[in-house]
Amino acid sequence: MLWTTIILALREIKRNVMRSFLTILGIVIGVGAVITMVTIGGGATAQIQEQIASMGSNVLIVTPGKRIGPGHSSGNILFKQADGEAILRDVSSIAAVAPISSKSLQAVFGNENWSTSVTGSDNTFLRVSNRSIKAGRQFSDSELRAGAAVCLVGETVRKKLFGGQESLGENIRLEKLSCQVIGVLEAKGQNTMGMDQDDIILIPLRTYQRRISGNLDIARFQLSVQDGASTEKAQQDIQSLMRERRRLSPSDDDNFNVMDMKEIANMLTGTTQLLTALLSAVAAVSLLVGGIGIMNIMLVSVTERTREIGIRLAIGALESEVLIQFLVEAVVLSSLGGLIGIVAALAGSVWLASVLRVPFVFNAGIIGVAFLFSAAVGVIFGYFPALKAARLDPIDALRYE
Amino acid sequence: MSMIDVNHKANQPLIELQGVTKVYGTGQAAMHALRGIDLRIDEGEFVAVMGPSGSGKSTCMNILGCLDTPTAGVYKFKGIEVGKLTRTQRTRLRRFYLGFVFQGYNLLSRTSALENVELPLIYRRVPADEHRARALKTLEKVGLKGWESHTPGELSGGQQQRVAIARAIVTDPAVLFADEPTGNLDTARSLEIMDLLTGLNRDPGVTIVMVTHEMDMAAYAKRIIHFLDGLVASGEERGRAT
Repeated sequence: MLWTTIILALREIKRNVMRSFLTILGIVIGVGAVITMVTIGGGATAQIQEQIASMGSNVLIVTPGKRIGPGHSSGNILFKQADGEAILRDVSSIAAVAPISSKSLQAVFGNENWSTSVTGSDNTFLRVSNRSIKAGRQFSDSELRAGAAVCLVGETVRKKLFGGQESLGENIRLEKLSCQVIGVLEAKGQNTMGMDQDDIILIPLRTYQRRISGNLDIARFQLSVQDGASTEKAQQDIQSLMRERRRLSPSDDDNFNVMDMKEIANMLTGTTQLLTALLSAVAAVSLLVGGIGIMNIMLVSVTERTREIGIRLAIGALESEVLIQFLVEAVVLSSLGGLIGIVAALAGSVWLASVLRVPFVFNAGIIGVAFLFSAAVGVIFGYFPALKAARLDPIDALRYE
Repeated sequence: MSMIDVNHKANQPLIELQGVTKVYGTGQAAMHALRGIDLRIDEGEFVAVMGPSGSGKSTCMNILGCLDTPTAGVYKFKGIEVGKLTRTQRTRLRRFYLGFVFQGYNLLSRTSALENVELPLIYRRVPADEHRARALKTLEKVGLKGWESHTPGELSGGQQQRVAIARAIVTDPAVLFADEPTGNLDTARSLEIMDLLTGLNRDPGVTIVMVTHEMDMAAYAKRIIHFLDGLVASGEERGRAT
């Protein structure tokens, strides 16, 4: 009986293809949007986790200021070179310390200019940030000590300033500083915050301090922990060392913080997931609107088919059978919308994932949930019209023109 | 799904109305459609119900067809008091014992003749292979062999009414109610339908109650009941010769 009812419902839908399609469009869009949002969000989260993993879980970042959130700080007391040396010396589990200071500057070569991030550091930077040199060489000790006017450029900077030309040996102008390109960094792509890691010019820290910032401050340290050593332990050791160096009394809060990449990853995925949830919620509203559309059309359908309902009731259809017939019709309609939405969402997600360069992560759970939800919309919004049909008086219904 | 318990005794009338009244509305606006009808129809009868518009014959048919209930009085179908049944029970009564033929055919549009005839069997939960065979056989009986897959829109008025009759008798009902079955048909088609109905009354002996206002058609019945102002004016017994 149920199977027959479903067949009848499909036939009814086929009779009004255009109308049926417009009716379920809301559901299609709703289901499609929810699934796409969740899939892309899941892809972004997976990408972040993958990038974190590629950076290595043994990276710590020491930043000045009180902990407020990722990248936020206040009341900055910057670091000095001695802080980094002390960490490397006193915390045994630390393998390398890269001091980092950076500033956004206009880089000029010939007629080309490009706004990029100029970072002062040393060769340790390459090691702790897991980067290598594609062409040329790294800084020499004498260049680092003397603060020579030399630089390593990221792939993006190279493309923008030099295009197809040879870059090694050329001089780039950074404000008043003119520095020679001695190496090109291997491309690394976007980092976890979506920033282009190849949009960088690396110069010796000494050069940065003398010629760009004009002081001996260091904005942050990036450290790598020795393989097999506990990052938590290293974090604690650095914290107590820095508290000591800064002479903080036990009642004072830290005026710096030591972050683990894992924490950063958690913060970032948390944000991504929250955004995904919010966008999905907005998309889900469309499902509600789609449901109202179905109710509207089902009410029209009941009115249009009053005579048919009268005939069915007169020849022995029970109220419950008419109710089920119309309910099944609404559910078949909305489920059909759900199915189309799922197909559209999968196609859309694959496309969007390639455009946004995030991996496509198939999420069977959300597809199941979205489908069930679309069917539920049919039940909820189909019930009232179905009840209206079932409650018709067969005498009036038969007389209805 | 329970069948209605029917204790039908051999000498009991199939249909019995005692002092049945029907009032629509209340107070000043009250409209007395039936003012006290006594009527008895036995199994195997072919009764024509006649009367001018507003005489109460349609109201009476609705009550007889268990689509409506009397305001007062007693309607017994096979000894069961219909007025005391719930809407669902009356639906089951229609499903298992009654067949309807309407003036406007009332077939499901865009649905084939075969599917139209199958419909009451589906509601009776007759197995699929069986209801197809029964529907085909019944369509053949009303002379529509070869037209099974046509939709009402592709059939003439006479053919549509034959489909409607097939739909009404496919369940082997105890009574066939026909509400002006020839009202929309020309004379030749009307005569064909009447021949079909008289044939069914003779063999397999279907009890028929037919509303009509054409004397020619009523003449086919064995008994004619005249309605006037909500009362039975006369119940004229015609010769049983057929």
